[in-house]
Amino acid sequence: MKWCRLAASILAASLPVAAQSDAALIAEMQKLKGAVAAAQSAGDNAWMLTSAALVLLMTGPGLALFYSGLVRKKNVLGTMMQSFIMMAVMSLLWAAIGYSLVFAPGTPWLGGLDFAMLRGVGATANSDYAPTIPHLTFMVYQMMFVVISPALITGAFAERVKFNALLVYSLLWAFLVYFPVAHMVWGRGGFLNAYNGGVVPVFDFAGGTVVHITTGVSALVCALVVGPRRGYPQEPMKPHSLVLSFIGACLLWVGWFGFNAGSALAASSLASSAFVATHLGAAAGAVAWLVAEWLHTGRPSALGAISGAVAGLATVTQGAGFVVPFVGAVYGLAGGFVCFYLVVIAKHRLGYDDTLDAFGVHGVGGIIGATLTGVFATRVVNDALKLANGDAAPLGWVDGNGGQVGNQLIGAAIAIGFAVVGSWVALKITAALTGGLRMEAREEIEGMDLVLHGEEGYNLEA
Amino acid sequence: MPIKKIEAIIQPFRLEAVKEALNAIHIEGMTLTEVRGYGRQKGHMEVYRGREYQVDLIPKIKIEILVTDARCEEVIGAICRAARTGKIGDGKIFVYDVGEAWRIRNDERGESAL
Repeated sequence: MKWCRLAASILAASLPVAAQSDAALIAEMQKLKGAVAAAQSAGDNAWMLTSAALVLLMTGPGLALFYSGLVRKKNVLGTMMQSFIMMAVMSLLWAAIGYSLVFAPGTPWLGGLDFAMLRGVGATANSDYAPTIPHLTFMVYQMMFVVISPALITGAFAERVKFNALLVYSLLWAFLVYFPVAHMVWGRGGFLNAYNGGVVPVFDFAGGTVVHITTGVSALVCALVVGPRRGYPQEPMKPHSLVLSFIGACLLWVGWFGFNAGSALAASSLASSAFVATHLGAAAGAVAWLVAEWLHTGRPSALGAISGAVAGLATVTQGAGFVVPFVGAVYGLAGGFVCFYLVVIAKHRLGYDDTLDAFGVHGVGGIIGATLTGVFATRVVNDALKLANGDAAPLGWVDGNGGQVGNQLIGAAIAIGFAVVGSWVALKITAALTGGLRMEAREEIEGMDLVLHGEEGYNLEA
Repeated sequence: MPIKKIEAIIQPFRLEAVKEALNAIHIEGMTLTEVRGYGRQKGHMEVYRGREYQVDLIPKIKIEILVTDARCEEVIGAICRAARTGKIGDGKIFVYDVGEAWRIRNDERGESAL
């Protein structure tokens, strides 16, 4: 406003005397305000479209490479397809009904049908969520989150689930877990929405609860229900190409800037803050995992470094835009150490086959991030939540709001509940519809690429 | 003159030295294969996210060379000198009698096919 007034007075001073009537001045000011808003929208829209593309990059090729390098080579294409197919199927589902069920006004648990088939979702901004960018941009940005979420889960049952079962489970999972939880946390009137009339305010900047807790916990349910790969853990099942995984993990790190800094929903200083926190989270995660590994096994491995970075990123996601940027490193350290312990030590004692550690990295990282955000969220960084008198509301423990830790844990518990029940139900329905979740023994030995897709990743005779 | 096949299994990092040594005594053809195997040399341990794998089959290079009987000793000597490090894992050399050799391009056979 100050800027508008200043600009208007400069403009007024330069105008010819005849034009300085009040009406003309007001008209000029309106025009100027419009121009300022258009300029801001252009900047914000550019960043948000870029962010949407970055988040898509996380699924393909990022996650597809990260995961497919960790499996045996007979399953490389099947594993890539498990991620890639989400880019197609989930995008269509989101446009048809998913976006509406999450972001249209409805009940505290699920949105309504106002935006089904993208009705009314166009160039005009939706001021409930992102007042400076086209509604379509907000919709397509959020679409990329529902694309990567079920792709993350596939790590838990890699190398053994049928393609039709994967499709049915993922579609059901979206309805039973993602849509309700995302609506509760981010949708207008959602039960956990801190900004829009929620009962229990939860701070989830970029999806620590909505994406990482729901997918990580669902992954654990999948690993337990589907059962281990044939021969696990006696037979050797080494990753067939850590080079692929390495490239994938680096792309995930880059794409995560869109995921977290994009969640500012504007090209703002808050986006910068979230960007730096995210980067430090990844860096500290890599260092923490490597140090733990170095002490534990005597050697720092490449797989350990990239696993730690992803764990740090999953952990920092919830708090990226709520905490002082340097605190991102605290998230990364916590995520790196705890996820290392769970993946490298505890999992082998517990005996379940979460093949690519979707729970150990995303579920555990998500829960740590949700908790830490209750501690470290501060109005110094994010002043969007206002008190009745217009001042910024205290957010986390560091602002003197110790009860927020409890709120965060309630949010996490609800997400865990939805993930456990929703995934279990989705798996049972899927098994009934597709005649069993798993490939037959003979097929599993032959590999997904040949059996499910009729092709091979590496053709030596070609 | 009978023909011999010399089959040498060597450490991959000695390959360049062996090729140079063979070049120096004018051995102008060979067939190379990347192979894996183990003998007295112990394998190693690999660890992926806490899962340990004992890897016994270690990468080696197998070289096959066909020579006349007269040159056999000389070639074996050249390979041994170039491939030897003195440690376990340097590899082995086997020598076979060859029944017949045939050049596909022009039906030359025997020694002139080498």
